[in-house]
Amino acid sequence: MSTQMQHAPAPTPARRKSITASPYFVYVLVSPLFFILLAYVIYPLYETFIASVNVDEEITWKNYARFFSLEHTANLEALWTSIYISILSVITCGIVGVTMAFLLERYDFPGRKILSVLALVPMALPPLIGVLSFTFLYGESGIFPRAIKELFGLAQVPFSLKGFWGVVVVHTFTMYTYFFMTATAAIKGLDPSLEEAAANLGANRFTVWRRVILPMLTPAMIASSLLVFMVSMASYTAPLIFGIDRTMTMQIYLSRTNGDLDMAATQSTILSVVSVAFLLIMRWYQGARNYQNLSKGVSVHRTEIKSKAGRTITMVLSFIATIILMLPILVLVLISFSVDGTWTVQILPPQYTLEHYIDLFTDSKTWRPIANSLQLSAVAVIGIVLFGVAAAYAMVRLNFKGKTLMDVLIMLPWALPGTVVAVNLIAAFSEPTVFSFNQVLIGTFWIIPLAYFVRHLPLVFRSTSATLMQMDPSVEEAARNLGASWWYSFRRVVFPMAWGGILAGTLLAFVQCIGEFVASILIFTPRTMPLSVAVYQRMYSFEFGTACAYGVLQIAVIIIVLFLSRKVAGDKVNTAV
Amino acid sequence: MSSVTLDHVHKRFGTAKGVEDVHIHIESGEFFTFLGPSGCGKTTTLRMIAGFYYPSEGNIRFGSQDVTDLPPHKRNTGMVFQNYALFPHMTVFENIAFGLQVRKVSKTEAKERVERIMGLVRLEGYGERRIDQLSGGQQQRVALARALVIEPQILLLDEPLSNLDAKLREETRFEIKRLQLELGITTIYVTHDQAEAMSMSDRIMVMQGGVVQQIGTPHDIYHAPVNRFVASFIGETNLWTGTVVAVEGDEVQVRTSSGQLLCGLRKNASPLSRIAVGESVLMSIRPESIQESLVSEGENVVTGTVEMAEFTGACVNYVAQVGSEPLRSMSINLGRPIKQRGASIGMHIPKESIYFAE
Repeated sequence: MSTQMQHAPAPTPARRKSITASPYFVYVLVSPLFFILLAYVIYPLYETFIASVNVDEEITWKNYARFFSLEHTANLEALWTSIYISILSVITCGIVGVTMAFLLERYDFPGRKILSVLALVPMALPPLIGVLSFTFLYGESGIFPRAIKELFGLAQVPFSLKGFWGVVVVHTFTMYTYFFMTATAAIKGLDPSLEEAAANLGANRFTVWRRVILPMLTPAMIASSLLVFMVSMASYTAPLIFGIDRTMTMQIYLSRTNGDLDMAATQSTILSVVSVAFLLIMRWYQGARNYQNLSKGVSVHRTEIKSKAGRTITMVLSFIATIILMLPILVLVLISFSVDGTWTVQILPPQYTLEHYIDLFTDSKTWRPIANSLQLSAVAVIGIVLFGVAAAYAMVRLNFKGKTLMDVLIMLPWALPGTVVAVNLIAAFSEPTVFSFNQVLIGTFWIIPLAYFVRHLPLVFRSTSATLMQMDPSVEEAARNLGASWWYSFRRVVFPMAWGGILAGTLLAFVQCIGEFVASILIFTPRTMPLSVAVYQRMYSFEFGTACAYGVLQIAVIIIVLFLSRKVAGDKVNTAV
Repeated sequence: MSSVTLDHVHKRFGTAKGVEDVHIHIESGEFFTFLGPSGCGKTTTLRMIAGFYYPSEGNIRFGSQDVTDLPPHKRNTGMVFQNYALFPHMTVFENIAFGLQVRKVSKTEAKERVERIMGLVRLEGYGERRIDQLSGGQQQRVALARALVIEPQILLLDEPLSNLDAKLREETRFEIKRLQLELGITTIYVTHDQAEAMSMSDRIMVMQGGVVQQIGTPHDIYHAPVNRFVASFIGETNLWTGTVVAVEGDEVQVRTSSGQLLCGLRKNASPLSRIAVGESVLMSIRPESIQESLVSEGENVVTGTVEMAEFTGACVNYVAQVGSEPLRSMSINLGRPIKQRGASIGMHIPKESIYFAE
């Protein structure tokens, strides 16, 4: 082989490269990101662990021995209850979510369209508000049990939602959407010609289901199962309101309030280990599964229900489903107009007023938590956006070792229960540290935004990296080729193109912050009491009207924001988490 | 306009080889093509010229300026990307004007220049269109206009025609060549399509597996391929192996592996080939140089059986089995009857059209 050289230039020795051309320059760029993760994710986890093994100035495992001891089984029971509730939640959510997805995707019946929108309503309920509306509706003094008692003249309420099953029902209602959304996407991606091919090869309807449809949905189902399990393990509000003390999150809360801080740290560490294990399994699984939507742009053929009886039955059923989905919001709206303290033994609140809504914006004491929440969330969201966009850009566009580590570290606090995040932050920042600029953060304004930042970090990161991944890297190269500096092309090309994803993630992060309760309840101070904590306190002083007015306000904000983010980013928002 | 020199340029990605020892000088105003199959390193080389990769070894110069370490935005090259890489959030006008805005060209001058270039690529009146309202061919012309409007020293084209349909590809090929001739701009063109490379280029560099195989004019590369790869990659050819049995003056007698005796000319030998009695050689014989012979005996006449006869109107193509080797021929349709499959056929291989490649 030869290279026919014509104007062969004399070789010149290689010179030293400029700093930016160095392959190590990228580490200078990503080091601040790692520093933030170290300071606010790793360090708090580490401090909690240290607190759990460091008893009276000596390193010991006795807290762990106490946790797993068979004499005082409270902790083991809590662990078992948490797991049991989570498994049941996965099963019930799976059944409800997948069935709904199939019915709505594959069949056409009266009321289908409205139902497919309303199916997402549970997403609009902040955790605390969702649980409260369920107790108002189906609890021991709830509207339904009382109405039936009155109607049939019973001495006792015939049924009521409480305890263990209350938690499972609330979980099902609030978490089936994870299954519903992934199943819907998977069913949409199923190529109908595959089923036709199977039928053509002689498979009957049952075989088609068993051999073709279900196997193709398996990856989506497993991913959602892991997700629901994790969210259930982290659930705190439902056990709190239904009074199930023996769950991991409640045990942590109780240990803290009883002053048993070592034990709280131990329980947190154990729950962290469980959550992190699940996060890693989930990541591994998502990496291992192959995406099966090979064919694109297939239209799903919906089977229309034609028989008269069928139409009537489906109409009634979808009417009932609509009612069930709407009731939590309707009941909150209803109670938000009730006069505080008047609703005692009646089925429905007896007296109504507009006062609570007027108070929200005019009474400074009532307005205060709203202002707090807006302020706390705004601060947190600014941090989330700056970090999320930078991290997403680094992950998608830069080439460096430690990408997987960074991804895991960003997702980690999202996998951790809010209770654990709060306990970690308390462990880390109740003393001055380098990471807090030598300040004690506990008891200040800054601790809550920090908790929000850590908990909702992945939202902007995820949605932005999804948009960046769809963006052809050569577009940015074209800008650079035309003479734009890195910053100019980021400002004029990358940012405007990723804007939809960034905004969607930002809005989502904002509503999550506004609704945050689990971490807030452990770290708020009277001066920085956020909205959801205010709801909780009003509830306990029987000011149902005001509490619900707060709730309705939160839901309104969430619905507006979800609507806006769907407008700007299409359906991508759904895949943000 | 500027010449481009790649001085023993290597690029490695980690331990994987990218490009090895590319050493070329592209003249100012030249239309130079990097040709090769995918993964041959042609795009890597182009991206080093654009500044998206830095060479692991070696230097790159534009004219006398060393640009080896210069970031892409300081190189003043105009690049057309394979998928055009147009900014989807900007109009046609904004896309084309982008490079001028970066260069802080005054609004009035920018407008004038954008309009001039839009005329040149026949996009008048499309300024306010959004990118997704354009056809593929129009998007291609926007990409070209955007690269040309900044008056680059060098125009870089990365498979610019691969996303167009066949007819449009031909039209655009003429268009690009016309613009290049009109503007006299140094152009580096990357393609895997040898017909494109042959028809447009002043010179072609054929690459494979990160290694340069041959650099030369389209004529050289077609008629004097240096090795088996180049011979088979450029156009269609018959590759026969054989052993030299006699060398008499300029004439070389070869016994092919299927037993035919052929006579070729020594001047048609690649520097890589060894012409001496007993040496084995690789011969490249272009199908269009082979003629159907009316006599079945004679110098350089071989006989075989027709495996396939193809009538395309203008041409008659045969695949004949000669001994153990197939032989493709392609001749202008002169109205002779077409031989059917299984018939015996005589082929004349002119001695000046046998090229000894290896």
